Amino acid sequence: MAAYARGLSAVRPSRYLPVSARIAAALATASLAGCSGGVLQPRGPIGAADSQILLDAVGIMSAIVVPTIAALFIFAWWFRASNPRARYQPDFVYSGRLEIIIWSIPILVIMFLGGVIWIGSHELDPYRPISADEPPLEVQVVSLDWKWLFIYPQQRIASVNELVIPVGTPVHFELTSASVMNAFFVPQLGSMIATMNGMKTQLNLTADHPGDYYGESTQYSGDGFSGMHFVVHAVAKDEFPRWVSTVQQDGPALDRNGYFDLLQQTQNARPFTYRSVDPSLFQAILTHQLPPGPGPYVGGAGPNVRPVGGR
Amino acid sequence: MFVPLAVGDMLGKLTLNAIPLDQPIPLIAGGVVILVVVAVIAWIVLRGHLPYLWREWITSVDHKRIGVMYVLLGLVMLLRGFIDAIMMRSQQALAFHAAGYLPPEHYDQVFSAHGTIMIFFAAMPLMIGLMNFVVPLQLGVRDVAFPTLNSTSFWLTATGALLVNISLVIGEFARTGWLPYPPLSEARYSPGVGVDYYLWALQISGVGTLLTGVNFVTTILKIRAPGMSYLRMPVFCWTALCANLLIVAAFPVLTATLAMLLLDRYLGFHFFTNSAGGNMMMFINLIWAWGHPEVYILVLPAFGVFSEVIPTFSGKPLFGYRSMVVATLFICLVSFLVWLHHFFTMGAGGDVNATFGIATSIIAVGTGVKIYNWMFTMYGGRIRFATPMLWSMGFLVTFTIGGMTGVLLAVPPADFQLHNSLFLVAHFHNVIIAGVLFAAFAGLTYWFPKAFGFRLHEGWGKAAFWFSLAGFYITFIPLYAVGLLGMTRRMQHYDLALWRPWVLAAGVGILVFMCALACQVIQLVVSIRRREELRDFTGDPWNGRSLEWSTASPPPAFNFAVLPNVQGEEPYWHIKRRAIETQQLTAEPDYQPIEMPRNSPTGFITAFFATVTGFALIWDIWWLVGVGLACAYAVFVWFAWRDVEEHQIPAEEVARIDRARRKAREEWLATEGHEEWLTSHGQGGTS
Amino acid sequence: MSAVDTVSFRRTRDLDPYKLGHREAGEHGLATGHGEGGPASKRVIVGYGFWIFLLSDVVLFSCLFAAHAVLQTATAGGPSGRELFNPWSIAIETACLLASSFTCGLSAVATGVRSQIWTQLTLAITGLLGLAFLLLEAHDFAGMVAAGAGPTRSAFLSSLFAVVGCHGCHVTAGLLWLGTMMAQVFFKGFRPNILRRLLCFNLFWHVLDIIWVALFTIVYLIGEGR
Repeated sequence: MAAYARGLSAVRPSRYLPVSARIAAALATASLAGCSGGVLQPRGPIGAADSQILLDAVGIMSAIVVPTIAALFIFAWWFRASNPRARYQPDFVYSGRLEIIIWSIPILVIMFLGGVIWIGSHELDPYRPISADEPPLEVQVVSLDWKWLFIYPQQRIASVNELVIPVGTPVHFELTSASVMNAFFVPQLGSMIATMNGMKTQLNLTADHPGDYYGESTQYSGDGFSGMHFVVHAVAKDEFPRWVSTVQQDGPALDRNGYFDLLQQTQNARPFTYRSVDPSLFQAILTHQLPPGPGPYVGGAGPNVRPVGGR
Repeated sequence: MFVPLAVGDMLGKLTLNAIPLDQPIPLIAGGVVILVVVAVIAWIVLRGHLPYLWREWITSVDHKRIGVMYVLLGLVMLLRGFIDAIMMRSQQALAFHAAGYLPPEHYDQVFSAHGTIMIFFAAMPLMIGLMNFVVPLQLGVRDVAFPTLNSTSFWLTATGALLVNISLVIGEFARTGWLPYPPLSEARYSPGVGVDYYLWALQISGVGTLLTGVNFVTTILKIRAPGMSYLRMPVFCWTALCANLLIVAAFPVLTATLAMLLLDRYLGFHFFTNSAGGNMMMFINLIWAWGHPEVYILVLPAFGVFSEVIPTFSGKPLFGYRSMVVATLFICLVSFLVWLHHFFTMGAGGDVNATFGIATSIIAVGTGVKIYNWMFTMYGGRIRFATPMLWSMGFLVTFTIGGMTGVLLAVPPADFQLHNSLFLVAHFHNVIIAGVLFAAFAGLTYWFPKAFGFRLHEGWGKAAFWFSLAGFYITFIPLYAVGLLGMTRRMQHYDLALWRPWVLAAGVGILVFMCALACQVIQLVVSIRRREELRDFTGDPWNGRSLEWSTASPPPAFNFAVLPNVQGEEPYWHIKRRAIETQQLTAEPDYQPIEMPRNSPTGFITAFFATVTGFALIWDIWWLVGVGLACAYAVFVWFAWRDVEEHQIPAEEVARIDRARRKAREEWLATEGHEEWLTSHGQGGTS
Repeated sequence: MSAVDTVSFRRTRDLDPYKLGHREAGEHGLATGHGEGGPASKRVIVGYGFWIFLLSDVVLFSCLFAAHAVLQTATAGGPSGRELFNPWSIAIETACLLASSFTCGLSAVATGVRSQIWTQLTLAITGLLGLAFLLLEAHDFAGMVAAGAGPTRSAFLSSLFAVVGCHGCHVTAGLLWLGTMMAQVFFKGFRPNILRRLLCFNLFWHVLDIIWVALFTIVYLIGEGR
């Protein structure tokens, strides 16, 4: 267990996988050959640890499930009525020995899995900071209808539907919602977390490899939900400050008026950036100093929004 | 285009705008449905079937008739829900870098309706219908505890289904998913009538379901044949008991939670709103405190069906009866302790998440035990692969896989990546299709001869099974894969090429499923056409083991001429063995007149006014709400005022019916029963 | 475990003693419903079923109590319990309800001796006490709404109005039922099915009282302290 726990903070997934999980991973990878970008192709330590647990759990359970299914087929075939060689035992309805085994197998598996669950839930709690040599990058996330707003409080900039982070630096997210419940998820980087109006949730992720990663909302939030995805650009550490200064030279400023524009329901928003952001904006959204989104009536309806018989 | 009606306020918010004249799909679909309904009603009326239908079915309080009507409702709504599924899969198959043919506000209603209909109006009625038909017969008694209440329960469920279907042509349906999470479902973000349709349909049918729960708990615990102690009940009755205990304990939670949402929407309360202190997380906790027991309400009767089918077609008793009972009770209890696993990602912290994850894994123990018991029931048997047994095999293999993915999702770190993805969708379809749907078809095929007197055609039944099995795997294994690739649920369109092949494969799978559906329909038509060839003369077409097979097919209204005296498990099996051994039936009983409850239109009329009230509440037609409630109360008083509650079946009638049954049994005994006796004695006898 | 006993129909030569509907009111007969004896009597079945229904109603109230526990402090800057509750009013309401439970019990005694006049009288008093309870409660609610502390003010108030209101709705339904029962007893006398319904009504009314005790403990007494 201790080795397992240590393994969870390691970066490379393949070093600590048991054999069955490695086979499962190989099969999964083979079947997904040519594709990249899912949960089983993590690009950060959180994602790696999450998917490692996933494969381990599959391995543990396969050890039980595969023989069980095999036995089902074997019994069904051997004891078919047309098989004269099978012995008919109509009185075989109870066996103490079998009962003990039947109850023990699931119990033992669950006990082992319980250990995995306990350790994993604590190690990989989204709120748990990632230990690193450098301080984390702070990003404040606001889910709106139907786009994502990312505020960089340390750099005083903001972006919509586009998240740029430096490789290797842990990112600490603080999340809330401007209207309805959403969930922030980047499949290749790690765990998802819900966003709710008036409440702050947190998430900690790191990207290990440079690249573009798909991000989405996983909590259905209305008509524009399908367009509510964003791109995560993981860039080299020295490139990040250069991106920040580029943003700071161009684009609108995000003040409270600009925020009211963002609150209106729009779909399929194209990514853009703000060169500066009101530092108290996130806190104001969180504490309801700024009201939640108005929904489909007040402030103009978006395309294809036509509720019938409104209240 | 706004066309105000002259009656203005009298119709609340209802205007001609409510009819989707500018949306071709619901318009055509609604039109077709209305046409079919009108045609069916016209055929019934013009052919003079209405008096029969009213007398024998609509006002019936007989559990067998009510059971059949539940199943019929479930099958029709299964069809509607399946059409929604076809629309969803086809939309997703087409909507890669494209808009598809369903705009978001329509697609969102389709998937919400799909989930709502499938769970509340297809799966529940199918399971409740089977329980209605079978449980009193298996317990060796004449009816459930409260027959008129039973009828009312059915018609209230039908009311809910009707309201959901009306939303297709008048107004809209909810666009929130099958569970209306706030704040999306609050008036601010869903100002239309859609969520109201959903809420009132479920509140009304929820009352019906709760009453069913009360009815069956009382029946199973208080009304059994003499000698049938708890440990002599068939396992189907045990699972029915536990499912109904869950209904009694869980459905009030649904009622309360939806009532709070209704108060928010109608009267401006702040239970779950964004402002004034509302707490959306409370909705999620409450609704899943109902939601998780709900899935066990669905699956426990399914387990019960298999616990009947597998022993019968293996030719031996169920292995580990007491173990099964304990496992069922265990599942019943623990199902209330796991609800948080539906929202691990809401940020409850390591301790809470881990506790619920472990509890969820623990509940898998009960199910695992059952699978092994079924397996060892087959061991040492002589297995006949008739259609019900095929469905059971399909269930055993497929449900095990689904259960495995469920335990996988119970591990919070895994769930952090798979929550709300198509992996989750594949998991719950895996367990519900393999569990509830396969059980429904197994149970239907198994008990159809008992209900109607002739078997279903085997060939088409087997075809339906194989197409269903293939359809399931081809549709949902790709969804597991694409969930692992990061695709989330409820997407109206998507842009990642990575996901495309899997989504297309799932689209093919649904077509295979459609073939299965076609086979089921053909099976029904062919079986009815060829019913004389498929006739069940003795009442025991499968060599059954429990008491329902001792009656004729279909059983008379009173089920048993005299209640059987039960002295062991599998009472009917022993009756049969004794008859074969002694080569004669037991002596003819002394027939007495039997009192049965009178039919009553109460259920139907109450539901009619419930429909009126529900519709009026949705459209804010307040005067009609008052009228509907007053009339419903009046019906209740009128029913309470009747002087004669029962009618008597004279002893001669009972004797006549039962003698016909005995004659059929005697004929069987003289031919096949005699052969069996010869065989067993010729080979030195079996143990 | 697997019983190899045979099942005998020999006993069925005798009269089948387990037919439905052939038993006098109040008589349990041979069967208690505990499996061995066959189906229970109608009175046992009706009472048992109604208890199960009442338990489901208790679950309903538990949900509202749970919601109230969560929202008790969500006053959103508006008035809290301490500022709103009038202890005298609540005390009188409680007294009315408890007294009505007592008179309901008296009506059960009157029914037991088949006295039409006393049954009607005690039921009427029960109804009047229940009505007094409702009117007081409605008056309280009206006052709160007029003072700007209606259910739309905050989540706490929403929850308060909902849980107390739900109880009030049950009392209202109970009064409606009470009126119907009084009419039935008057027109039909003490038939077995009327007696069973009176039993159910009694159970309902007493459980409502128990819920009220829980309610004022959780909402008013505990809420007073916040």
